[in-house]
Amino acid sequence: MKEITIFIDGKELKAIENEYILNIARENGIFIPAICYLTRCSPTLACKLCMVEANGKRVYSCNAKAKEGMDIITTTPEIEEERRAILEVYDINHPLQCGVCDKSGECELQNYTLEMGVDVQHYHIADSKKEIEDWGHAKYDPYLCIMCERCVTVCKDMVGDAALKTTPRGTEALDKDWKDKIPKDAFSIWNRINKNIIGRVEENNRCEDCGECIAVCPVGALANSHFQYTSNAWELTKIPATCPHCSAGCLIDYEIKHTDIENSECKIYRVTNDWNYVTLCGAGRFGYENKNSTTKCEKDFLSAMDAFLRADTIRFSSFITNEEALILQRLKEKRGYKLINSDAYNFQKFLEDYSKTSGSSLYSGSKRDIHSSDLIFTIGGAMSNDNPNIRFALNNSGKLNKASIYYSHTYRDKIIQTLSKTTTEIVYKPLKEELVLLLLIDSIVEKSSIPEVISVYLESFKEKRVKTIQKEIKEKVLDEEGKEIEVAKKIDEEVEYVHNTILDELGLAQEFSDELKKDYSSKSSPILIAGSDLYSHKRAENIARLLGFIEKHSNFKVLLIPTSTNTLGVSLICDLDKEAGDYVIGYNDIGDYRLSSLGDGDLDMPALNQQEGTFTTIDKRVVPTNAALPYGGYELNDIAKELGVFSKETIRYTKMLPTKSGFVEALFDELPLEYTNGGVDNRGYELEAKSFEAQNAIDAADISSELEGDIVYKRDPISQFNEFTKSSKLLEAKDGIYCSLEFLEKRSLSSGDLVELEIGKESITHHVYVDDSMDGDIVALSTFQSRKLDHKIFGDGYRYVAAKIKKV
Amino acid sequence: MVNSKAKYVEVELEKYSLKPFDRFKRVMKRTFKGELFVGLGIVFREMVRFNIHTTQYPGEKLPISPRYRAIHELLRLLESGNERCIGCGLCEKICISKCIRMDTHLGEDGRKHISEYTINFGRCIFCGYCAEVCPELAIVHGPRYENSSEQRAHFGLKEDMLTPIDVFKKGAQKEYPGFGAPSPDADKRIKKTPLAY
Repeated sequence: MKEITIFIDGKELKAIENEYILNIARENGIFIPAICYLTRCSPTLACKLCMVEANGKRVYSCNAKAKEGMDIITTTPEIEEERRAILEVYDINHPLQCGVCDKSGECELQNYTLEMGVDVQHYHIADSKKEIEDWGHAKYDPYLCIMCERCVTVCKDMVGDAALKTTPRGTEALDKDWKDKIPKDAFSIWNRINKNIIGRVEENNRCEDCGECIAVCPVGALANSHFQYTSNAWELTKIPATCPHCSAGCLIDYEIKHTDIENSECKIYRVTNDWNYVTLCGAGRFGYENKNSTTKCEKDFLSAMDAFLRADTIRFSSFITNEEALILQRLKEKRGYKLINSDAYNFQKFLEDYSKTSGSSLYSGSKRDIHSSDLIFTIGGAMSNDNPNIRFALNNSGKLNKASIYYSHTYRDKIIQTLSKTTTEIVYKPLKEELVLLLLIDSIVEKSSIPEVISVYLESFKEKRVKTIQKEIKEKVLDEEGKEIEVAKKIDEEVEYVHNTILDELGLAQEFSDELKKDYSSKSSPILIAGSDLYSHKRAENIARLLGFIEKHSNFKVLLIPTSTNTLGVSLICDLDKEAGDYVIGYNDIGDYRLSSLGDGDLDMPALNQQEGTFTTIDKRVVPTNAALPYGGYELNDIAKELGVFSKETIRYTKMLPTKSGFVEALFDELPLEYTNGGVDNRGYELEAKSFEAQNAIDAADISSELEGDIVYKRDPISQFNEFTKSSKLLEAKDGIYCSLEFLEKRSLSSGDLVELEIGKESITHHVYVDDSMDGDIVALSTFQSRKLDHKIFGDGYRYVAAKIKKV
Repeated sequence: MVNSKAKYVEVELEKYSLKPFDRFKRVMKRTFKGELFVGLGIVFREMVRFNIHTTQYPGEKLPISPRYRAIHELLRLLESGNERCIGCGLCEKICISKCIRMDTHLGEDGRKHISEYTINFGRCIFCGYCAEVCPELAIVHGPRYENSSEQRAHFGLKEDMLTPIDVFKKGAQKEYPGFGAPSPDADKRIKKTPLAY
C-alpha cells in the first residue's frame, strides 16, 4: 500500500498506488462521468464514459490503475465528442416515456443526456419486439435497458447469486456503414446493446430476491414491482436510517410521502441504499412494513404501570436501541428488576471470555476487513441466513481478491461453494466446534506459543502411521542384446508419516493441515468469522478463549457476528441475569405482561422505524437511526418517567451510554449518518476497545457428547429474521422446516408436506420445504415467525437439538 | 429636479360660510336640485327603449379570451376517449401554490393509472403553469369562471374536471387553444428524429 501523488486536472492528490483513477477522483470530489462502474465490484468497461487522458494516453478510469506522478485530464474536446456520441447511442430507440417511468427524476440516462446536451439523434435502427418480464420483486423492461450490466455485475461480484446474465437480443446486425460514421467506442457500445439483453439464469436460479439489481439499475429497466407507478422519485422524502433487522446495521433511506389524497399520514414507499457502498438483503429492502399505528390509551398505560409495579423481571429482545437498553438498565438500578435477554447474555459472556485470552475488550474484525481480506475462515454459523451481508462480503472478497474461503459448518452450503474458486468446506458434527478451532491453532499458531495442555492434547490425536507410496526408480537392466540400459520402474515403498485423527473426524484429507498452513503464510490479511452457534454452545467459554487465543497469537483478525440487531449494544450496556423471576414483563418478547411493537401485546410500543436512537453494529460502531414514521402511542421512556427514571426524550440517553464499555459521550443530534465519497463508513462513532493483559487460559476440547437422532438446527430462511420481518407482506419466505433434497427423498416426503417434530417432550407440526443450498441430513427449523416457538424448542440454548421427524 | 421657479398657486374657492343657517340652506339646495330627476329620467328612458348595453348576467355572459385561465379541465384523447393524463406528476411538481395532488397506481393492464386527482381551488392562483407544463395537453384551463359553491372542495376532483363521457361522445370536447397549447406553426418547427421504420 504505497502512497503516491497524482494530478487530476492539475490538482495534486495523494492516493494509494494501483487504486483505480475513477475511485481516486470520486474520493476527492472530482466528477468523471461513468455509468457501468460499481465501486466495490470489478470494472466491466460497458459504458466507456469514464475515458480520461492519463499522461496523454486515452484510458478508461474505472480500470486504469494510478501510478506515481500520473497526470490525468478528465475532459478534452475529443473526449467530450466521444462521450456525446455514446450518449446518443444510448438514446437510440430509448422510449420517450419519462412521464410514466419510475426512474424519471433520478435517471442516470436522463441526467447524462442533459449533461452532454444531446438534443438531436443522428443514428437509427429499427427497434425489435421484446417481452417485458416479471422477476418477482423486479420487473424487467428490455426496451428501457441500456446494457450497462450493473445488475449482472452486482449479482455476481457482490451478492454472489449470479442469477442474471446477458442473453442474445435476436435482432439483425448493425449496418456496416455506421462503422465509419460513428466514433469507435460509441460504435462498439451500440453493437453490444444491439446484440444483448439481460436475462435470468434459467437452470438452478439462486435469486434470493434481495432486489439489489433494482437498486443499481441506472434507468427504469429494472423496476421495483411494489413501488412501480405509485410515486415519482422527487416527491419522496429520504429519511436516512439504519436497517433494524440484523447486526450488519446497513445504512438505508426510508422514502416517505403522504399515503394518498385523503390520508396525509406518512407512509414508507420504498427503501433505497447507497449501492456503491452498501448492499442490502431482501429484508432490508422489502421488510419495512412493520409500523405500529396506535394512539395513547390511558387505561392501557395504567395497566402497564400496575404490571411494572408488580413485576420483578423484564425480558426483552435485542431488537432495541442502545438508549432503550440503557433505560432498562437504569430501571434495574432503580427498582431492582432482573433483565433477561438470552442472546445478549450469551454474547456478553462469550465476549468476556474472548477478551481474557485476546487482551482486548472487543473483537478486532469488521465487515470492511472481510471485503479486503484474502483468507477467510468461518465457523459456527449459517452465514447466508444469519447475516446476508457477511455472505456478500465473503463473495466480494472471493471474487475480487481471489480470497481462499474456509467454511466450516455442520452442513455443506451449496451457495458458499460457488463464492470463491478456492472454497474449502469443513463439515463437523454439532458440539465438535472446538476441534475445528484446535485444528486451526495446530496448523497456524507457532508451536512455541501453544500452551502445554493444548500441545499435549493435540499430539494425542497424532499417530505415526505407515503408508505405501509408489515411487519411481531407475534401474539398470540388461536388454536382449546384453547391453545395459536404464529403465524406469515403479515400486511400492513404505513411509512413515504423522496421521492426524482430527482431520479424519472432520472428513478432511491429511494434507489439509499443511495446505492451510501454506495458504495462511502466503496471505496478508486473514480473518476468522465466528457465528452464533458458538455463543450458546455448552463449551462456549473455552471456544471464546480459543478464538481470543487465535486473535492474540496469529495474524487472524477475529469477527464475532452478534446474534441479532443490537445484541452487541445490549451486552455492553446491560447487566443481564440468567434466571427470570415470578412476574415477567416481555418487551417484544414472551412474558406475563407484554409490551409489543407489533401491536399484539398489552401495551403498544413504537416499531424500530418509528424510533430515534442508536444501534451498535457488527463493525463495533454506534450508528444513529431516525424515525421514518410518526408514532402516536406510549414509549418505554414514558413508562420510565413514571417509575422515576427521568429524561425528557429517549435520545438524551445517547450521551449517557457507559464509557467504561467503550461508548463515547456524544449527543445524538451530532452523530453523522453517511458514507464519505471514498466509501468510508462515517456513521456515528466506533467503540473504543480497552486492552489489557491476555492470559493463555485455553483448554482442551470436550467432544464426548453427541446429539442422537435427527438433528434440527435453528435457522431462518434468507431475508427473514424476526416477527417484524414476518409482518412485512412483501417478504415471501415461508416459515417451516427446511431440508436438503436427499433428506426429503430418503424420508419419502415431498415439499409442502406436514411433518411432526418430536423434541424431548415437545412436539410441533410444520410444513417441510426443500432448501436447494442445503446438503446432508441436518434440517433447519425457522423460528422467525414466533418467539414462543423459539423459546419452547431451543430454550434459548444451543442452536442444535436432537429430534424425531415423522410424517403426519 | 425641483423647479425653483415653480410656485404654489392658491385655488380660488367659493367663500364657504360655516354659519348654521347657511349650512342648512346648502343642504336643502343640494337635495332638491333637479339633477336627481335627470338621472332617474335617463334610467326610465333606457328602460322603455329596450336597447340596453348592459350584459344580463347571469342570464347572459360575455365571450372570454381563449387565453383566459379559469377552472381547470381534464381532457380525453380524441380517438379513444381515454383520459389524456399519464400521471407524470409534472403539474404537481411545478405548481407554485402546491395545490395539485395525484395518486397513481399500476393498472392491471400494466400501465400507469391515475386513481385520484385533485386541485385545491382555495389555494390555486390560476397561474397556468400546470397547463403549460403538461406534455399531453391533458390539463387545460377551461372558460368556467363561476366558482361559487357550497363547499370549497367542489370542482376540485377528477370527476369534476374530466370531460364527461357523454359530452365527449357528442364531440363537444373542445381542443384548447390557450396557454401551453402548440402554436399554429408547431409542425414546421419540430425537428424529426431519424427512425428506421
